[in-house]
Amino acid sequence: MADETPKPDELLSKMNHRPDTGQDWMQVPVNIRKGMYCYASNPKSVAYLGLPNARPWNPLEEDWKLPENWQEILFEGFRDRLEKFRSFKVFMDICVRCGACADKCHFFIGTGDPKNMPVLRAELLRSVYRHDFTRAGKILGKIAGARPMTLDVLKEWWYYFFQCTECRRCSVFCPYGIDTAEITIMGRELLNLLGLNIDWIATPVANCYRTGNHLGIQPHAFKDMLDFFCEDIEEITGILPEPQFNKKGADILFVTPSGDVFADPGTYTCMGYLMLFHFLKEKYGFDITWSTYASEGGNFGFFTSHETMKRLNAKMYAEAKRLGVKWILGGECGHMWRVINQYMDTVNGPADFLEEPVSPITGTKFENAKSTKVVHICEFTADLIKHGKLDLDVSRNDNKVLTLHDSCNTSRGMGILEEPRYIIQNCCRQFYEMPANTIREQTFCCGSGAGLNAGEDMELRMAGGFPRANAVRHVHAKHGVNMMACICAIDRAALPTLMQYWVPEVDITGVHELVGNALILPGENKRTTDLRSEPLPGMEDADEG
Amino acid sequence: MRLEKLLSDRKGEIVDRWFNAVIDTYAPETARIFKSRGNRFANPVAASTLDSLQEVFSGLLQAADTTQLATALDPLVRIRAVQNFTPSQATGFIFTLKTIIRNILRHELRTPRLADQLPPFEKKIDDLALTAFDVYMQCREKIYDLKAGQERNSVYRAFARAGLISEISEDGPYPESN
Amino acid sequence: MNVKYMYSLLAVIALFLIAWIGSAIGLKPLFGIVFPYVAVMVFIAGFAYRVMSWARSAVPFAIPTTCGQQKSLPWIKPNSVDNPTSTGGVVLRMILEVVFLRSLFRNTRMKLKESGNKLAYNLEIFLWVGALAFHWAFFTVLFRHLRLFTNPVPGCVELVEKIDSFFRFEVLYDAVKVALPGVYLSGIILLLAVTYLLLRRLFIPTVKYISQAADYFPLFLIFGIAFTGILMRYFLKVDMTSTKELTMGLVTFHPTIPKGVGSLFFIHLFLVCVLLAYFPFSKLMHLGGVFLSPTRNMRTDTRARRHVNPWNYPVPIHTYEEYEDEFRDKMIEAGLPVEKMPEPQPAEETDKKESHDG
Repeated sequence: MADETPKPDELLSKMNHRPDTGQDWMQVPVNIRKGMYCYASNPKSVAYLGLPNARPWNPLEEDWKLPENWQEILFEGFRDRLEKFRSFKVFMDICVRCGACADKCHFFIGTGDPKNMPVLRAELLRSVYRHDFTRAGKILGKIAGARPMTLDVLKEWWYYFFQCTECRRCSVFCPYGIDTAEITIMGRELLNLLGLNIDWIATPVANCYRTGNHLGIQPHAFKDMLDFFCEDIEEITGILPEPQFNKKGADILFVTPSGDVFADPGTYTCMGYLMLFHFLKEKYGFDITWSTYASEGGNFGFFTSHETMKRLNAKMYAEAKRLGVKWILGGECGHMWRVINQYMDTVNGPADFLEEPVSPITGTKFENAKSTKVVHICEFTADLIKHGKLDLDVSRNDNKVLTLHDSCNTSRGMGILEEPRYIIQNCCRQFYEMPANTIREQTFCCGSGAGLNAGEDMELRMAGGFPRANAVRHVHAKHGVNMMACICAIDRAALPTLMQYWVPEVDITGVHELVGNALILPGENKRTTDLRSEPLPGMEDADEG
Repeated sequence: MRLEKLLSDRKGEIVDRWFNAVIDTYAPETARIFKSRGNRFANPVAASTLDSLQEVFSGLLQAADTTQLATALDPLVRIRAVQNFTPSQATGFIFTLKTIIRNILRHELRTPRLADQLPPFEKKIDDLALTAFDVYMQCREKIYDLKAGQERNSVYRAFARAGLISEISEDGPYPESN
Repeated sequence: MNVKYMYSLLAVIALFLIAWIGSAIGLKPLFGIVFPYVAVMVFIAGFAYRVMSWARSAVPFAIPTTCGQQKSLPWIKPNSVDNPTSTGGVVLRMILEVVFLRSLFRNTRMKLKESGNKLAYNLEIFLWVGALAFHWAFFTVLFRHLRLFTNPVPGCVELVEKIDSFFRFEVLYDAVKVALPGVYLSGIILLLAVTYLLLRRLFIPTVKYISQAADYFPLFLIFGIAFTGILMRYFLKVDMTSTKELTMGLVTFHPTIPKGVGSLFFIHLFLVCVLLAYFPFSKLMHLGGVFLSPTRNMRTDTRARRHVNPWNYPVPIHTYEEYEDEFRDKMIEAGLPVEKMPEPQPAEETDKKESHDG
C-alpha cells in the first residue's frame, strides 16, 4: 500500500503553484496579488502637482486608462533618461547576470518570488531596452533577451518597481556597482509619465508640496503639536521648552521628517530634539528655529521622480535663505538624508547664502558638510557628547536593552555608522549588535521604505521585513534586547508594525529619544517616568505626581 | 511504541525530506537558494523552516500537546502566511509528512504489528494540520489587525494625544480603508 | 530543453565548422588576413563607440554606494576605501574592484565567519574564485600571446611565460608520450574556469533562470578558443615559426599566408575574430563599463564638494509667499510670524496684534 501513495513531490505538484522548471521568466505572467501592492494614486493628488494622466484607475482592472500613445511616451521617456543618466545607460548594458545579487534582496529572501531578485528586477527594464535600443535585440528578439513593451510588461513593471525599497543592498555586492535603486527610480519615473503611481506616495507628495509636510498638516496644527510635546515634557521634567518657529535671524534652521511630529513613536524622538535644544539654549545660548513651511525633511518626491524630489527639497534652502540662518541641522531620517547627502546641493544649490557649519557650542567645524551646509543631528550630538557638553544620566535608560538598526539610506547613501552608535553607548548601558551580515553597509531594510509603508500591502511589508526581524529575534533571544534604535522616520513608522508581527517583545525608538531620556535639564524635577510616560527604572512603584 | 522508536531513529532523514518538500513549494529558482541553507541571517526562511520542522517532529514523537505543537509550528506558518500561498498551500505541507513516512518505512510497514501503529500516528498528523491552520488563521488575523490599526496606532494616536481631534466617535474621523 | 544555451552552442559549432571548411577549401587568406583585420577594426571602433556613448550620457548626480563609515568628525575613523572622499580613495576602490573583484568577495566574507553549512559557503566563494581565476587566466593568456606579435619578444612577456610554465608536467605514457613544451597553467585554468562558469549557468536553477543566450554564447566561444589553443599547443603541434610569420605579417601590415599553418589554427583565429567583433556589442563590455559605474567611481564627499548637474533645470515650486497667502490667517491666529500682515480691519485689530507678538 505504501507504494500506491504518491511521492511527496507529486503530492505537492497537485496543489502548488510552481512554475515549470525551465520556463522562461518572460513567460510567467504577472499576478497582481492582494496584500502585495498599494492602492493607485488619487487623481486629485496627481493633478495638484501637475503630473501627467491624472484619472481614477484600479490596478486589478484590465483597463488602466492609459493615454492612447502610452508606448510612445515610454519610449521617448526611456531614451531621454538614457541620455541624461549615465548610471542608467551603463547599468542597462554591463550586467553579466552573475547572480551575486540574487539572494541579497530582502524582498526576494522574504517573499521567495524570483522576480524580486535584483538582477531580474533590472531585467524587466533591460528586456525592453534591448528590444527598443540595441541592434541585437531588434534583430534577434527573444533570443537576445528582448521583448516589446506590452500592457502585461507594463503591469509587471508597476508591480515589481513598487516592490523595491531602493535600499541599495544589492549594489554593495555587485562587482560593477549596479544599483537597483537607480533602476527602480528610473522605472518609477517612467511609470509616472503615465500617471501610474501609488497613493501612499502621490498624496503625501501633494500634501508636502502644499502644506510643507507629507501629512498635510497646516501651520497652526504643526505648532500646536510641538507645543503639546512641550507641555508633555513639562509634565515629565517640570521644564517647559519654548521652541522658536519661522524665526528670522536664528543661527540654525532645524528640519526633520514630519513623521517625528505626527506619528508615534517618532513623536518621542521629537521630544528628544526639543529637550536637547532647550538644554543647549539654557546652557549655551543656542539659537535654533523650526519652520512650518519647510516642515518636512522626508521627501516622497524622491520615490516619484528626480524632478518631484527637487520640487519638494527646494523648500529647505528657500526657507533657510528667507530666515537668514547660518546653516541647517537635519533630524533623523533615512531617505531625507540620501537626498541631502547626494542630491540637494546639486539640485538646489549652491547654498552660498549660508555659512560653513560650525557648532556654536564646541566650535567644531563640520568640514564634511561645508558645501551643502546641512549637518546630521547625530553628527551634531556625537560632537557635543565627545566634548562633554551634555549632562547625561544613563541610568534612566537602564530598562532598555538596545540594538541598532542601520537605516539603508544613511548606511549605503551616506555612511553614518559610528555616530549613532556613539550616542547610544553614551546614553545607555546595554547595547548589543545584530549579526554582522545584517548591519552597517549590509543592513537589511525594514521592508517598507521608498513609499511602501502603507496598510494595504501589509503582506509585502511583513515578508520583506522578515530578514531584519529575524536578526532582531536572534538578539532578543540571546541578549534580551527589548528596544531597537534607528535613525529613520520610516523605520519608526514601519518597524513597530513589523515587530508586532515577528517579535512583539521588541519596541522601536529613535536615537534622540534616548538622549532626551538621559539628558539632565537645568533645574528639572526628579523624573519618575520616561518620555513615553512609563516609569523609569527603579520608579515602578513611585507615585505619579 | 516501536513505530515512534523507528521514527526517532530516522528523524534526520525524515526531517530532511520534509524540509526539501516544504522548500519545493517555492519556485525552483528560489528553492535552490533556500535549500542551500547557508547563513541563518542571510537565508532566514530556510533556517526557520528547518528549526520549526525539527521541533514539530520531535513534538509529535514526544506526544506534545496542541499548545506546544502550535508554538513549534508558529515560526514556519508565520512566514508562509505572508508569502504567495493560498491557505491550503501554506499549511498543506503537514500532510506530506505522511507520505514521507510511508515511503521511508516502506519495508518496515509490511509487518502488520507496525502497520497497525501507523493509523494512530497519522491521526496525530491530521490533528497537527488542524493546529497549523489555527496558527495560520491567527497570523492572518494579526495581519488584518495591523492593517486596520496602521493609521490609528501611529498618526491618529499622536493627534488624539495632542487633543487635535474632536472626538466624535471612538473610531475617529478616518473612514476605514477598504 | 533550454533553447537559450542550445542556440549559443549551435552558433559556436557552426562557427567552428565554417572556419574548418573555409580554410580547407582554400579561403585561408579570408580567414587569416581579412577577418582578423575586420575583427580588430570592429573591436576598436565598437569599443570606442560604446565607451563614448556611455561617456556622452550625463552624470547628473553623485550617487556612490557607501560601504563603510563616512568621513565626518575628526575622532571617528573613516573607511577611506569603501567610502572614499578623495580621488586616491576612489582609485584604490576601483583597483580593488577591477583587479580583485572585491564586491564579489564581499559576498562570502560574512558567510565564512558564521556559516553553519560548509557547502553554502563553498558555493558562494566559488563564484568569486571562479570569476577571479577566469579573468586572471584570460589576461595572462592574452599577455603571453604578445610573443606572436613582437620581435624581439619583450622581457616581461618571457618572464610571464616563465612563471606561467613554472610547473612542468611530463606525460610519459606510451600512448601520449608528448614532449610537452612546459605546460602553461593559465590555459588550463582558463579552460577549467570557463567550464565552471558554464556549468554554473546550466545546473544552478537560479542562475539558469536569469541567464540569457548572450550569457552562454561568450562562454561557449571562449571555451572553443581555449580548447583549440590547447589542442594546437600540446597535441597537434602547430608549426610555431610559420604561425609567427603569419601573425607578424598581420601587425606589420605585410600579411602573408605561410605554408604549414593548419586548419586548427584558422579555427582558433576565427573564433578569436568572432569574439573580438562580438565584444563591443555584448555584455563583455563590462570591461569598459565598470570604470564608468557612478556608484563606484565617484567620491563620497558629496556634502563637502558640490557636484554639478549639466542639465539641471528650474522646476515649479510652491513658494513661501504662496504658502503664506494660503495660510496667513491661521498662522497669525497661532502666533506664527508672517511676512505680510493683512490690511487691519478695525474689529479684529487688537486680536491680531496680540497673537503676532507670540
